[in-house]
Amino acid sequence: MRETWKRIFKIFVSTLYLSAFTFGGGYVIVTLMKKKFVDQYHWIDENEMLDLVAIAQSAPGAIAVNGAIVVGYKLAGLLGTLAAILGTIIPPFVIISVISFFYSAFASNFIVKTVLDGMQSGVAAVIAAVVYDMGSGIVAGKNKLSLTIMAAAFLAVSVFEVNVVYVVIVCILLGAVRTLVKMRRERA
Amino acid sequence: MIYWQLFLSFLQIGMFSFGGGYAALPLIQGQVVTGHQWLTQSEFTDLITISQMTPGPIAVNSATFVGTRLAGFGGAAAATLGCILPSCVLVTLLAWLYLRYRKLSLLQGVLDTLRPAVVAMIAAAGVSIMITAFWQDGRIALQTIKPDSILIFIAAVYLLKKKNMNPILVMTASGVAKLAVQGALLLLG
Repeated sequence: MRETWKRIFKIFVSTLYLSAFTFGGGYVIVTLMKKKFVDQYHWIDENEMLDLVAIAQSAPGAIAVNGAIVVGYKLAGLLGTLAAILGTIIPPFVIISVISFFYSAFASNFIVKTVLDGMQSGVAAVIAAVVYDMGSGIVAGKNKLSLTIMAAAFLAVSVFEVNVVYVVIVCILLGAVRTLVKMRRERA
Repeated sequence: MIYWQLFLSFLQIGMFSFGGGYAALPLIQGQVVTGHQWLTQSEFTDLITISQMTPGPIAVNSATFVGTRLAGFGGAAAATLGCILPSCVLVTLLAWLYLRYRKLSLLQGVLDTLRPAVVAMIAAAGVSIMITAFWQDGRIALQTIKPDSILIFIAAVYLLKKKNMNPILVMTASGVAKLAVQGALLLLG
């Protein structure tokens, strides 16, 4: 019991901290969650984390919020979800409430603008490092279909600007067909 | 009642914005600017700028911003709640289904197929962040390139991969480094 509460508290503090410092959208927070819960705490394994991200993407709403919900639920059930949502929502809620009173001064301030501009490079580096780790896992698997899917999905989203929901749907259908064919073959 | 209207408007935004991030923008604009006229177009543009400069998802930021301006703290709370409620219900349900049925070979096969695509989508998000980080206004050209940002990126990758430095520390240090470079350039001339 004590352990559970400790874990819930840890989920809350981690998501609060990640949410407060995560500039640049949902995928950044997802990569940071991977670093925290997979690499640091070892509460989730890497493949499971990718599944959770896929769930976060396939539902409507912000990826950061969906990611928090799914990770919280996996780690500690509904209470974990609640802790993760609160942790994720509180920082932007407080910051935007304050800023909404003097937003034009904030947005045109030289120091604020420059620091945030530089942070983009750091954010890009964090994503690059995580993609490198995850991508090399898939390349090492040497499965041709997986490599093709990875390349095709990247082109679809990055070059052809396809909404990620369609990519998810196509992969689900492809995966279902592939598995059903394989199961039928094994039975025969 | 304004609280109820805010709640309903952002409930629709939360329910129909698939794909995250900028996919939600046209929906928010439809509700907040063209529909209810709670914000003018230029206030909406400011809101996007602020969202890019502060942490947090754009839908939650908009909910808080619009809610606060219209009805203070209560308005912000009603709008934010509306915006996350659909996610809470749907994602929890999906998570429950996943944890319960993931041992099934059909679901296993689907997830195996999905994983490389997820990595690719994270990579795609990384590329678009790189473009805004390395080029002025995100326009790719030789004149608009920001050399200091590229150097900071290389240093940041080194610190993350070789020194295993905390990512949030790396992000903050990148911002400070950029300020140091730009501040020095400003002072020198």
